[in-house]
Amino acid sequence: MNALPSPHLSRRSLLAGIGLSVSFLGGSAFATADGPLSTRKMVVVICRGGMDGLTVSPPVGDPDYAGLRGDVAVPADQALKLDSTFALHPALTSVHALALKGQARIAPAIASPDRARSHFEAQDVLETGAAQVYGVGSGWLNRTLEVMGPRKVEGLSVGATAPLILRGKVQAASWSPGPGVDETARLPTLLQDIYKADPLMGPAFARGLETEAMAQAAMPPPAPKVIPASADKASMPPNMMGAQTMVPAAPNPKQGREAARSLGATLAGFMVQPGGPRIAAISLDGWDTHAGQVGQLNSRLSYLDAVLDGLNTGLGAEWSNTVVVVTTEFGRTARVNGTGGTDHGTGSTALVLGGGLKRGGIIGDWPTLKQTALFENRDVTPSLDLRGLFKGVLNEHMGVERAALEGTVFPDSAGAKMVTGLV
Amino acid sequence: MSLPPTDMMAAIAATRFGLGARPGEIAAARSDPRGFLTAQIRPQGADQPQAGAEGSAQRLSDFRDYQMQKRDAKAAQGEVGGNPKPDPLKDAKKMLRDDTGGDFLARAQLASTTDAAFRERWALFWANHFTVSATKQITGTVIGPFEQEAIRPHVFGRFEDLLVASSTHPAMLLYLDQAQSIGPDSKAGAYMQRRAKGGGLNENLAREIMELHTVGVEAGYSQADVTEFARAMTGFSIGRPQEERAFQFLFRDNAHEPGARTVMGRRYGQDGQAQALAVMRDLAASPQTARHVATKLAVHFVGDDPPPALVARLEKSFNDSGGRLDDLARALVNAPESWDPAPAKFKMPYEFAISTWRSVGGQPQAIGKLAPVLTGLGQKPFSAPSPKGWPEEAQVWCAPDALIKRLRFSEAFAAQAADRLDPVEFAQSTLGARLTPPVAKAVARAETRREAMALLLMSPEFQRR
Repeated sequence: MNALPSPHLSRRSLLAGIGLSVSFLGGSAFATADGPLSTRKMVVVICRGGMDGLTVSPPVGDPDYAGLRGDVAVPADQALKLDSTFALHPALTSVHALALKGQARIAPAIASPDRARSHFEAQDVLETGAAQVYGVGSGWLNRTLEVMGPRKVEGLSVGATAPLILRGKVQAASWSPGPGVDETARLPTLLQDIYKADPLMGPAFARGLETEAMAQAAMPPPAPKVIPASADKASMPPNMMGAQTMVPAAPNPKQGREAARSLGATLAGFMVQPGGPRIAAISLDGWDTHAGQVGQLNSRLSYLDAVLDGLNTGLGAEWSNTVVVVTTEFGRTARVNGTGGTDHGTGSTALVLGGGLKRGGIIGDWPTLKQTALFENRDVTPSLDLRGLFKGVLNEHMGVERAALEGTVFPDSAGAKMVTGLV
Repeated sequence: MSLPPTDMMAAIAATRFGLGARPGEIAAARSDPRGFLTAQIRPQGADQPQAGAEGSAQRLSDFRDYQMQKRDAKAAQGEVGGNPKPDPLKDAKKMLRDDTGGDFLARAQLASTTDAAFRERWALFWANHFTVSATKQITGTVIGPFEQEAIRPHVFGRFEDLLVASSTHPAMLLYLDQAQSIGPDSKAGAYMQRRAKGGGLNENLAREIMELHTVGVEAGYSQADVTEFARAMTGFSIGRPQEERAFQFLFRDNAHEPGARTVMGRRYGQDGQAQALAVMRDLAASPQTARHVATKLAVHFVGDDPPPALVARLEKSFNDSGGRLDDLARALVNAPESWDPAPAKFKMPYEFAISTWRSVGGQPQAIGKLAPVLTGLGQKPFSAPSPKGWPEEAQVWCAPDALIKRLRFSEAFAAQAADRLDPVEFAQSTLGARLTPPVAKAVARAETRREAMALLLMSPEFQRR
């Protein structure tokens, strides 16, 4: 890490001066004691709205793909080839470059155990890690922090609101671009005192102040800039307005990509700090493409690619200690619908990226798009349970014991076979 | 369950049922806190933020003009190969933006100043239940008109009427892609197929009506039910510019899938739009809808994990009255469970901001004073993340980063407003009996008026309701 700029120092010393331990920094004591596992990092990128796997990693070599997809098929000559069947969408250039180095793989037919095709139920199941909806109230990344030892491993979500995947017993940090607190230190101290008896606000506020201390060091130059929001729908690219959309709205796609890259780099900036968060979650919205799918996914995927590129470059040498999983609540119908889009489906694609990945082909089997192979004659049939993939990453990469994974992190998941051989 | 003392009930009336106390509001509610609320229920529905406001047809027409201009500008650019100044285009864009910002500001000003804040919260609940979000460029400009035309007039009427008004409004038809859905075996569908033009069913709105607006996802319907309802809804569309019902709801018989449909075990043999309306009538009258709506209301008004007895009372009112929403509002006010003194709800950013302005008897003067705050706190104006609307849970909104941003806002607000206030009086008029001794003490001991005010705005009892 470079020498800290003085504004950061003053803020940190300010926080320290009022009795706040900047525990991210204290956490570094564990780094050497616990061996190589203690530097391992994991990022989960949730693409909300039902990301279309058949566009992310189009199976252009599958004989049924072009026919089923019609106008929304990714043309084979434009797709970025992975193997004889699969390619990546043309906007995923950074991901493709990583894939060629063996640092990105696809799981093209993966799904959570939920089959209701409801966004909200499926996101619940994805984030709670339960076998069915309403099975568990907390998020599986939060329970991961719990089993790895609270305060030993830090978690961070990027966004103004806290996503379910990181909600639970352990107070995870959260951060989004914007000015921090830098008034007199008296007010935060008084408030901390008032919040002492408040189980919700107390821990959240304390963690917020700590994260503030890290934020400036985490920002890459130039700092991510949120375009001032003025209920300005007209000047924004479509589908960038969701509350959870952390790619700041920008007047044009190029600026949007820059903002997305910068966001990825900032998250990386948090994670490379000694004692910084080793587990992080970030959400991207706008994947519910019932109509106008081609244009919408061109821009969404270019932002996703930029976030991942920012993460990769920002992590630098730590990229080899990091696994990133990009996932969604469900895939979309194999056939194009009547309005240039696709409706809610089942199997989709997950992307797995990281400097320490083992080379390999697709993760899980490809059921093909033959009519008889489709789930309910409609969707990509899942060959893999998302929980199996997450368990594999947590076990092999993060060093979480299998018993804890199947007892606490993903209860009732013994049937979801753990993916092995990833790292 | 017994009720708390009148002082506490007055504070609850203004903060939990309303949008935060304006100076004097708690005192006004004291003589009869329940009557203070039930007097706000009225047959003509909620207040309209803007008198004589532009309707959705005008807005959609403006939007079309903008699109045409954009197309022309693009074509012109192609012809000369240069870089013409698209000034008229910029103006058109700015107009759309100002319209949307104006709608939101007017709504926030109404919320900040109204004496009938329970009525406004009730309207906001239903606007969120039938969410239209600005996730598409075109929907942003019609959310204000949607609330004005489809939601506000019906919030104390019958649930079924509200459902139909929402499901036939151009804003909803655009937001959930219904306007383009075509029955594959309809005349229009056959024509499209002959021309290999694509075109067909889109099930988005049908699914969300079942899942979010009426029976709920636990109701046990199948994919086939969703598809059948989507077929019944084909033809629900919007008039083209040259048509008589330009930019308004239009039923297109030639896009309607012919034949009888079966939804959740019932057969619907009606012709034309009567078919989907009959399905909606049954969905609206379903006991599962009663349960779904009752639960959502209890969660919104009383607690993320609401008392089952309250849900049962609301459910009974919905069933007994045939979905009368005025009865439902009265049932909510009259239920003793609604008056638990412990503030269980963490305010959403909009509620927090509005209650802050109310506390000083003020209102936001410009959209630029409000929108950046809400966006920073995760609740961008008119931009709920999905058709499900804004989430309710405290854990979502009480994120570490969000608290830091609330503190920033409170400090900035206090810097503008505190110097005219007596902190102790302010604390009393804002929270009444809800003010706790530790906070009262901290406010009284503050070094400056600003510090006192920021402390109060950030206090656990002001952040909750």
